[in-house]
Amino acid sequence: MDLERRHFDEMLLGSDGVRAPYAEYQKWFANEDPTRLSKKSKEAEAFFRRTGITFNVYGQAEAQERLIPFDLIPRIIANREWTKLSKGIKQRVVAINAFLHDIYHRQEILRAGIVPTELISRNEAFLPQMIGLTPPGKVYTHIVGTDLVRTGEDDFYVLEDNARTPSGVSYMLENRETMLQMFPELFSQIKVQRVSDYPKNLRRSLAACAPQGCSGKPTVAILTPGIHNSAYFEHSFLADQMGVELVEGHDLMVVDGHIAMRTTRGYKNIDVLYRRVDDDYLDPLNFNPDSMLGVPGIMDVYRAGNITIANAPGTGIADDKAIYSYMPDIIEFYTGEKAILKNVETWRCSEPDSLAYVLEHLEELVVKEVHGSGAYGMLVGPAASKKELSSFAAKLRKNPGNYIAQPTLSLSTVPIFAKKGLAPRHVDLRPFALVSPEGIDIAPGGLTRVALKAGSLVVNSSQGGGTKDTWVLED
Amino acid sequence: MLGKTAGGLYWMFRFLERCENTARLVEAGFRIALTRSNDPASEWKSVVTTAGARSNYDAKYDTYEAAYVVDFLLRDPANPSSVLSAVEKARTNARMVRTALTTEVWEAVNEGWMGLKQTLKSPVKETDLPAVLGEIRRHSALVRGALHGTMLRNDIFDFTQMGIALERADNTARIIDVKYYTLLPSASFVGSALDNVQWETILRSVSAHRSFRWLNDENMTPASVADFLILDPRFPRSLSFCSRILEESLGFLAKDYGTRLTCHDMISAQRDRLRGHTIATVFDEGLHQFITAFIDDINAIGQQIEKDYRFIG
Repeated sequence: MDLERRHFDEMLLGSDGVRAPYAEYQKWFANEDPTRLSKKSKEAEAFFRRTGITFNVYGQAEAQERLIPFDLIPRIIANREWTKLSKGIKQRVVAINAFLHDIYHRQEILRAGIVPTELISRNEAFLPQMIGLTPPGKVYTHIVGTDLVRTGEDDFYVLEDNARTPSGVSYMLENRETMLQMFPELFSQIKVQRVSDYPKNLRRSLAACAPQGCSGKPTVAILTPGIHNSAYFEHSFLADQMGVELVEGHDLMVVDGHIAMRTTRGYKNIDVLYRRVDDDYLDPLNFNPDSMLGVPGIMDVYRAGNITIANAPGTGIADDKAIYSYMPDIIEFYTGEKAILKNVETWRCSEPDSLAYVLEHLEELVVKEVHGSGAYGMLVGPAASKKELSSFAAKLRKNPGNYIAQPTLSLSTVPIFAKKGLAPRHVDLRPFALVSPEGIDIAPGGLTRVALKAGSLVVNSSQGGGTKDTWVLED
Repeated sequence: MLGKTAGGLYWMFRFLERCENTARLVEAGFRIALTRSNDPASEWKSVVTTAGARSNYDAKYDTYEAAYVVDFLLRDPANPSSVLSAVEKARTNARMVRTALTTEVWEAVNEGWMGLKQTLKSPVKETDLPAVLGEIRRHSALVRGALHGTMLRNDIFDFTQMGIALERADNTARIIDVKYYTLLPSASFVGSALDNVQWETILRSVSAHRSFRWLNDENMTPASVADFLILDPRFPRSLSFCSRILEESLGFLAKDYGTRLTCHDMISAQRDRLRGHTIATVFDEGLHQFITAFIDDINAIGQQIEKDYRFIG
């Protein structure tokens, strides 16, 4: 336990007390029979399986569909804490959209010398096809999932700005549904803000971004790579909840300058395409010619202003890990304000001094690939063996520009319901922001990912992490 | 609705129907083997033929032994029509069209899939066979029940019904086709013990031995069995019944969409041909020829539906 005490626990204080946001929950929990809770926990798992809330794991022929473990102890955030967080996220999202518009137009921020030009020009996430193109409503990132971590009472850091196609929102919704089914009494005792409006808001927000030429009610559709994609459940879940069609590339075609889907009654135009396909696969005529997942010619329709693609192609340049380190300056440049949410100190290994520092302190740092995601290709220094450290150092020296390093943060913990009672585990938080010309809307809550192994800092579901329901209290 | 979704619904229910039909075939074959009244190997062979699995089976086995056949039809991944393959495909299609299904239907498909995958993980022992076949049929029944109880009666529903009707018509037609010689009046005069067993097997493989008795007296004749399977409008697996459902569902679609397509003309023509027949004219035309023509018709209509409603691009 001593080892764990170094970390800030969001629920438990010292030997018996709990932090204020957990006070009501603790009262309930103290009166619960652990056997009943164990039973509920098993029920939840059966529920997830039956409903098919699974994700696919790449490269495993058998048991391809796996459950993301669900922990029944909620992660609770006070309204006061949330207000600050959501203000900070809004500020960042505004800055990111301004940055993207600038980068693909006048590039003032490069001229001002705030972001180095080569960081943009040599970056694979920068799409020359987007230069001079303004998406409908000037919105680039219709959906943003900002990854936050906490290290203390008032210390929240942004770990990553997911501005491409953030996933996980279906778990935010299903986790809440599961909790409502398992413990309805909790929600009558404790006032928790609702997240269930998200699908409705998402549809409205997307429709508000329809191309100018769209008359009448915009037709929205979700583009999925197909049932083998790891997030397919989420794609079909959102389509179902929003009441829009779930399409694949081969359902779509360019018809008279519009993107149209093949229906049982012929082709029907789509106005807004919420795509869950990466930029590279979006259009074999304009990007990766081998892609079977996209729509040939969609970029031309996009350029002609006849479809909204959400998120816009080329937004990856804003959540690139190398750009990340410039975010405080980017925010100040476009909003004139200091960043509300802190950035994690970051060493860009492309810079010789930083590389030297990183190599010297490798065992203390977390090193990430600039373009990586899902914790693939990541080194957690304190948890790595000597051998892993030295082979990673070799990779670093060979291609330093591909890496950034950050201090190993002492992530906050929230207890999970383990066999032997409450056990603290590290968590992060991904709230979801919707952007449209009507404004920015952040669902009160988000996805809390939790590392299920004691001491582990890796919360990614692809690496065995679980999830928790995230509560934002009403007051 | 997306053309792909229509196709997914149609195939999902074809595959579910196929699971059930295969289970029935195995059940009938198993019973024959138990009663030892006929040559079991030739019986199992006709089961495999009816299931449309001959070439795949012959590529793997040299003899028609109960254990081989049962394993091949229930759980062999090398057999694309095995119950396990079909359950898997039905569920994959259901995932694809998840947004078109009610939670009840989806959960019935998904739970059934989880259960059968477990049940069919290892070879089925003879003592467990009745229970396993029961589980397969229950799976089908649950999904169908959820479908009827919870789905809107719209185009989505119509495509599911067409899938069921086509698969079922095809199945009943193939049962008759494989056994047609035992139904020819010239091949026997009423009532040898052997014939009775044959006819009873046919009826069992469409779960109709009891309904048949309720509708007919104890005198089983080839003509009465054939009449029942082909023309009886009350029996939900007869060719006539299935083709009526097909016509009805296509009719709903035409009304709903306000467009008549080639497939509508084809089913009308097919219905007219069937209506013009009595069992006597069927035998005059030649039972085998009649059935072959029926199967061709049904397949052509199926393909036309796929084209007319743009299942694939």
